[in-house]
Amino acid sequence: MDFFLQLLVGGFVIGGIYALVALGFVLIYKSSDAINFAQGEFLLVGAYVSLTLIATYNIPLLPAIIITLAFSALLGLAIERLILRPFIGEPVISMIMATIGLASLMAGVVHMIWGTELRVFPPLFSSDTVHMGGVVISPVYLWALAIVVLLLIVFSLFFKFSKTGIAMRATADDQQAAQSMGISVKSVFAVTWAIAAIVAAVGGILLGHINGVNASMALIGLKVLPVALLGGLDSIQGAIIAGFAIGIIENLAGGYIDPLVGGGVKEVVPFIILVIVLMMKPYGLFGKQEIERV
Amino acid sequence: MRNPFAFQCGEFRVRYKDDLALYKVPRVRRRVLFVLGLFFLYPLLATPYYISLATMAAMAAIGAIGLNILTGYTGLISIGVGAFLGVGGYTSAIVTTHLGLPFWIAVPLAGLVTAFVGALFGVPSLRLKGLYLAMATLAAQVIILFVIVRWEGLTGGTAGMSLQRPDIFGYRLASERSYYYLVLVCLIGTALFTMNLFRTRVGRALVAIRDRDLAAEVMGINLFKYKIYAFAISSFFIGIAGALMGHYSRIIGPEHYDIEVSISYLAMILIGGLGSVIGAIFGAVFITLLPVVLRESLNLLTPILPHLAEHFSALRELVFGLMIILFLIYEPEGIVKMWRNLKDYLKLWPFSYSKK
Repeated sequence: MDFFLQLLVGGFVIGGIYALVALGFVLIYKSSDAINFAQGEFLLVGAYVSLTLIATYNIPLLPAIIITLAFSALLGLAIERLILRPFIGEPVISMIMATIGLASLMAGVVHMIWGTELRVFPPLFSSDTVHMGGVVISPVYLWALAIVVLLLIVFSLFFKFSKTGIAMRATADDQQAAQSMGISVKSVFAVTWAIAAIVAAVGGILLGHINGVNASMALIGLKVLPVALLGGLDSIQGAIIAGFAIGIIENLAGGYIDPLVGGGVKEVVPFIILVIVLMMKPYGLFGKQEIERV
Repeated sequence: MRNPFAFQCGEFRVRYKDDLALYKVPRVRRRVLFVLGLFFLYPLLATPYYISLATMAAMAAIGAIGLNILTGYTGLISIGVGAFLGVGGYTSAIVTTHLGLPFWIAVPLAGLVTAFVGALFGVPSLRLKGLYLAMATLAAQVIILFVIVRWEGLTGGTAGMSLQRPDIFGYRLASERSYYYLVLVCLIGTALFTMNLFRTRVGRALVAIRDRDLAAEVMGINLFKYKIYAFAISSFFIGIAGALMGHYSRIIGPEHYDIEVSISYLAMILIGGLGSVIGAIFGAVFITLLPVVLRESLNLLTPILPHLAEHFSALRELVFGLMIILFLIYEPEGIVKMWRNLKDYLKLWPFSYSKK
């Protein structure tokens, strides 16, 4: 029973980070109908920048994080302007390949600057574990969970009430109608990429504190894709629910099935769930059904 | 009837056979044969290193043509090529080592098994399209690779398997030159099959699905059936390419078939030209030679910038990504379009304008 609870709690925290990163996918899909395959690289850049600020320049945690987020936002804006704007309205495959190309480009730059070996953040939280009814949790996990939940709430409110959030939702719904109502679709795209880069950077910093930072971190971008699809590519609540669900299921599967087959189950479980769900609900659990007419 | 007293001017097709020919103009036909002849002469003139580069490009071209059938001609994006190459390579390895079948049976068998697996992962295309289908193929990539790594009894797990070069009439195709000819013949067969496929009923149906799937269905094309055909035919050639690669490198392991391989194949058909056989070949050559050229130019730059060579792998990623983005922005129709532009330019020279 304790083992089960332990897996459950661990899965819950990782699931929160998945939800946060999946939010980045959903935002970009909603506003521009594209999947950003470079989301994992955004994560990597965020983690490395904050690591460099903290470890090399000895900047305190909070200012370092603020600088990192500002940097990520600028990076998102620059990339949208320089690379992705020519692809508005292009076929799906151009958009996919452009972001794959972007991912490769960013990975190359990151490897040149920071190398590929594992680097760890200086310990920030006490290493004393917290005991809660037989479950052992390290404080990093609790902090991560708190930050993720806070951010998810902030973003939900942002989309519901702020002017920019409403403009983003309008653009997602119908680009032409939004434009004719005076919303600048271009600036909405720019804001979208900036926010996607920021959520990725937060995810990167949190994961970096949990596992350390190295090049393989970018793979989480590919791992979160099934999460975004499972929830439905254009549903923010879907991303959050699917994030927590996949995190918990994969941790449980890892705990119970790994010993039977010899490891690696965590990597495939999200994809198996994805294929099964997509066969039954082609637009994910909460995605919008598109009705096509000839 | 042709006037025997007048000079012939222009192209006359007087038989149905002329009208149905793959290359209708005799000059073009002669040019194609001439270029093919050059390819057969190539290994007599080149060193083994350059022959091996050509062999690798040709094997990649077979896979790229296969992927182009699915993605370029039918419009179904696949991010699972790497795993399908793996299915081909491992099938051939398992069949030759565990069952002792000869290469000449193993390779077509690898194609068939890959076609079956491809069709299986094409089944979700019944209900999925666009990005969602692309993700289903990404799932295929992850799941197949997981099976390969974990089914150690059959595949040797992470250690991989070793294969043999093929024999023909007791003569082992061990030299670079002999394997080059084998791969070249396979490539010509693949290219001819694919060019002809899109002149048949099935091929036309696939192109119709790409252009507008609902309209195609209204006109009586069974979407599901033809999408499965596309997956199967495409995977068949990818499987053949995987098997040929396995026997060429003589050792295979899961790391040869990861997602980066899938991505480089997508890059091949995009950079070469979607929906074009010759484009897939151009793209395969381009992507195969890109790291080689980069390595050479780094070696040239070493006296000026000594530390650059240490960053080779990072630079390779960077240049690869940059190439994809630049091609997509400036020449989305790929090298094939550049090639056509060049031909048009030469045809019209010295007049720079054309009647477009």
